[in-house]
Amino acid sequence: MANEVLMPQMGESIAEGTIVRWIKKVGDSVDRDEPLFEISTDKVDAEIPSPAAGVVLEIHVKEGETVPVNSVVALIGAKGEESSGSKGSEPSKSSEPGKPEAAASSPAPSAAPAPAAAPQAPAAPAASSGSVEELRRTKSSPVVRKIASEHNIDITQLQGSGISGRVTKKDILSVVESGGPKAAASTSAPAMAFKPGENVRIEKMSVMRKKIAEHMVFSMHTSPHVYSVYEVDFHRIATLRDKLKAEYEAAGARLTYTSFIAAATVDAIRQFPLVNASIDGDNIVYKRDINLGIAVALDNGLLVPVIRNADERNLLGLSRAIADLASRARSKKLNPEEVQGGTFTITNPGIYGALYGLPMINQPQVAILGVGSIDKRPVVIDDAIAVHPVCHLTLGYDHRLIDGAEAGRFLAYLKERLENFEA
Amino acid sequence: MEIRRLGTVGYQEALDLQTGLVEQRRRGDVGDLLLLLEHPPVITLGVKTRNTRTNIVASDAQLAAAGVAVFQSGRGGDVTYHGPGQLVGYPIFDLNPHRRDVHQYVRDIEEALILAAASCGVTAARVPGLTGIWVGRDKLAAIGVRISRWITSHGFAFNVSTNLSHFDLIVPCGIQGRGVTSLEELRGGPVPMAEVEAAVEAGFLSVFKDL
Repeated sequence: MANEVLMPQMGESIAEGTIVRWIKKVGDSVDRDEPLFEISTDKVDAEIPSPAAGVVLEIHVKEGETVPVNSVVALIGAKGEESSGSKGSEPSKSSEPGKPEAAASSPAPSAAPAPAAAPQAPAAPAASSGSVEELRRTKSSPVVRKIASEHNIDITQLQGSGISGRVTKKDILSVVESGGPKAAASTSAPAMAFKPGENVRIEKMSVMRKKIAEHMVFSMHTSPHVYSVYEVDFHRIATLRDKLKAEYEAAGARLTYTSFIAAATVDAIRQFPLVNASIDGDNIVYKRDINLGIAVALDNGLLVPVIRNADERNLLGLSRAIADLASRARSKKLNPEEVQGGTFTITNPGIYGALYGLPMINQPQVAILGVGSIDKRPVVIDDAIAVHPVCHLTLGYDHRLIDGAEAGRFLAYLKERLENFEA
Repeated sequence: MEIRRLGTVGYQEALDLQTGLVEQRRRGDVGDLLLLLEHPPVITLGVKTRNTRTNIVASDAQLAAAGVAVFQSGRGGDVTYHGPGQLVGYPIFDLNPHRRDVHQYVRDIEEALILAAASCGVTAARVPGLTGIWVGRDKLAAIGVRISRWITSHGFAFNVSTNLSHFDLIVPCGIQGRGVTSLEELRGGPVPMAEVEAAVEAGFLSVFKDL
C-alpha cells in the first residue's frame, strides 16, 4: 500500500505551503523521518520528514508550487512497488494539486488522451472530488463530519471559521444549536492591521458584503478575465426610445437603454451560445435557457436579479421584467430563486459617468457585459462629423473557454444589432 | 533555555555549528539554546533566492572592495546582510509538541525583539505582512528561520551599530521601498553590544519562558 504524503499544517493561521525543494526524487528510497522535501511559508523554511519508509512513487507538486494544507504531495510505496513504470519518471505534471486527477475514479478509459509525459503510477489520491474549496471544507475532522451527518447538515454549505473556511467542531455545534445551517458563519479573522483606538472606525461587514467579497475573490481565482471594449453608436436606439417611450408608458412599462441592450444581447447570445455556457470540470455546459442577470446597485452592495428565459420576451416584456426586478431588488422583496440561475449578466458601470468598466464575471457564468456611460460625442459618418449618443460596451470573458476572436465576433454582432435595432 | 554568547563567528562556521546543534537537540543531547553572536561582513541568500542574485545590487567587484562575502543559506526569507555591530541570534529550540506553529514562532521572536528594543529605549513594532521589527518605515531587525522536524535554526539579526551603508549592496529581504535602521542611529549615539545582548536575553526569557 502506498502512503500518502500530505502538505503539513505548520501553524494555526497557515492554510497552504510552497514546496521549495524535493530532497528525494521519484524512485529514491527514503527512511521514515528522513527529510523528504522543504516548504516555505512567510519567513520560515521547513524541512519535512517522510511519514514512512519506502520508495518515492509519485511526486504531485512541483518545486515552486503552492498547495493547500493536507493536499497529497507525494506517494511513498513499499520497496519493489515501483515496478509500475514510475522509476525515473518526472514529477507528475498535474499543475493544480488538490484538483482531482481526472482519471482517478473513472475506470481506465480505453483511449485516454495520454499526456505524452511519463506513465501515471497507480491510482491517484482517493480523497479528490470537487474543487479545492470543497476539498478544504470537506476535509473537516471526523468528529465534525459525524456530527454533521447525524444532523443532516451538508458541511460544504457552511462557512467555517477554521483554515480555509474549514468547519470546526465549534462551528458545527453552533449550527446544530441554532437549528440548522445559516448563511455564512463568521469567517476566520486574519491578524488585524488596525486596532480600536487608532484613528479609524471599525465596522462589521454585512452578510451581503461578505458574500460579495467571497464571490469576487472566488471569481478572480477561477477565471482568467480578459476584456474587449467596443464603441457603439446609440443614435438609432435614442431615436427609437423617444418614439416608443409614450407608447410603452401607456402599456405600463419603462423603456430604458438597458431594455434595448438586453434585447440585443439575447439575440447575440443565440448566435454565440458559448458566452452563455459554464465550465464543469473538463466539460463545457451549454445552457438552452438564456437567463439574463441584471446587476442592481444597492446602498452598500449589489444584487443580480435574473430574468428567466429572457429569450422568450420581446422588448416590452424585457422592459417590464427589468423595471420590476430592479425595484423589488431595491426594496428587498426579491425571492431567493430570482437571484439564482443566471446564465449571463449585464452590469452598468457607466451609471455615474464611467466611460466603461471592467466587471468581474458572475460565477459560474463565463462572460459579463459592462455598459459604459451614454454620452453625446462627435462621430464620423460618411466622412462627415455628426453628434450622436455613444456607448462603450465591455465584454469580460473567461479565457479558459472564450478566445478573443469569439468575444470580438459576439461584440461586433451586438454592436451591429444595436446600431440597426429593429423594434 | 541556555544562552551562549559566542562573539564573532564566521558565517560558514556558524552554519556548521547550527547543523551540529540541531542534530544534538534532536537527540536530546542538549536543551533549548539561544546562540548570540556577530558575523564578519557577509551577504546571505535565503531559500527564496536560491540560485538567483536579483536582490544583490552590487557587482562582485564592489562586494570584494567592501570585503563582503556571499553565502547561500538554508533559512527562510530573501537576501540579507550581516556584519559587525549586528547582534545575530540563532535559537536552537525544539518546538515539539507545545509550540508547533511556525507563524506563532516568528511572531514570538518579534515580540522578544520588540521587548528588547523597548528596554534599549526604542519603540519598535510589527508591520503586518512584513516579518521583522520596524521603526517607522525602517527595519531594525530581520528574521529568517529554518525548521527541521520542529527544531529551529537561523533566527534574527538585530542592528545595533551596523554599518548601514552595507545594506545598499542589497535590497534587504527583497522588499523594495523600505529602509534599514539601527539602535545607534535611532538613539543618536553609541550603544554597547553587551547592553543589547542583555536586553535580547531578557526578551527571549520572557516570551519563551517555558523553554
